[in-house]
Amino acid sequence: MSAKRMRPRAQRPKSTRRQLEKTASIFAALGDENRLRLVARLSADGPLSIARLTEGGSVTRQAVTKHLQVLANVGLACNSRLGRESVWELEPEPFDAARHCLDSISAQWDAALDRLKAFVEP
Amino acid sequence: MNMDRIEKQVLLRAPRAKVWRALADSQAFGQWFGVKLKGQFAPGARIPGQVLHKGYEQCLFEITIERMEPERLLSWRWHPHAIDPKIDYSAEPTTLVVFELKEVAEGTLLTVVESGFEDIPMARRGEAYRGNEQGWAIQMGAIEKYVGQADETTGAAS
Repeated sequence: MSAKRMRPRAQRPKSTRRQLEKTASIFAALGDENRLRLVARLSADGPLSIARLTEGGSVTRQAVTKHLQVLANVGLACNSRLGRESVWELEPEPFDAARHCLDSISAQWDAALDRLKAFVEP
Repeated sequence: MNMDRIEKQVLLRAPRAKVWRALADSQAFGQWFGVKLKGQFAPGARIPGQVLHKGYEQCLFEITIERMEPERLLSWRWHPHAIDPKIDYSAEPTTLVVFELKEVAEGTLLTVVESGFEDIPMARRGEAYRGNEQGWAIQMGAIEKYVGQADETTGAAS
């Protein structure tokens, strides 16, 4: 890249929009109590089979499978077959997007504290 | 990874009393934070404010002071980055922001912890994300200029 591009605005909104749509679908998939519980469980103990994910809970095996499928559709989870069992685990990458939200708020604090520093220091 | 809290620490080369004033005096606070606040900070007080940056004037800004221990601790609750005027955030959980001051040889060690993000609806975090992406960098540039001027005028008083 040599000369300064004169039309950066024409490129940026497109990729930003795509990224936002992707992020929105991730949040939508996570916006359900049962699915959040599955994510927490997989995060702590995964990979786990459907049987393990169903045991002890009030949600049916069928419902668990359906919820996992929703998570898989947005790339939050994936499954592989282990013999006759389907084993599920989390995909780490989409969680980075959620992490990114927190990172931006964190960056705001960094900036605000820089302002405070400039405000109080001689 | 901790998705619930943000913790920051900064060493300020200024006496604790001065740092406390910048935090606990609502006018001084507003100057570096970038918001015009109505009323004085006191435990339990709900302080509404007007975001100063162009394009964000319609945003409702309000903090509710929790604790004030002079020169030691200030805490408040708010809706983090509630930037869409069309959304009523009031029913949502808040995050807690705690400032703690500690006197050290070089000045004042300030710790800021914002916690409670795990109680914020995920969709709301998406909003915060979008807002940050589009506006914050510009806003901070404006605040920097504003505080630069304010610092000169208030510096003489301290």
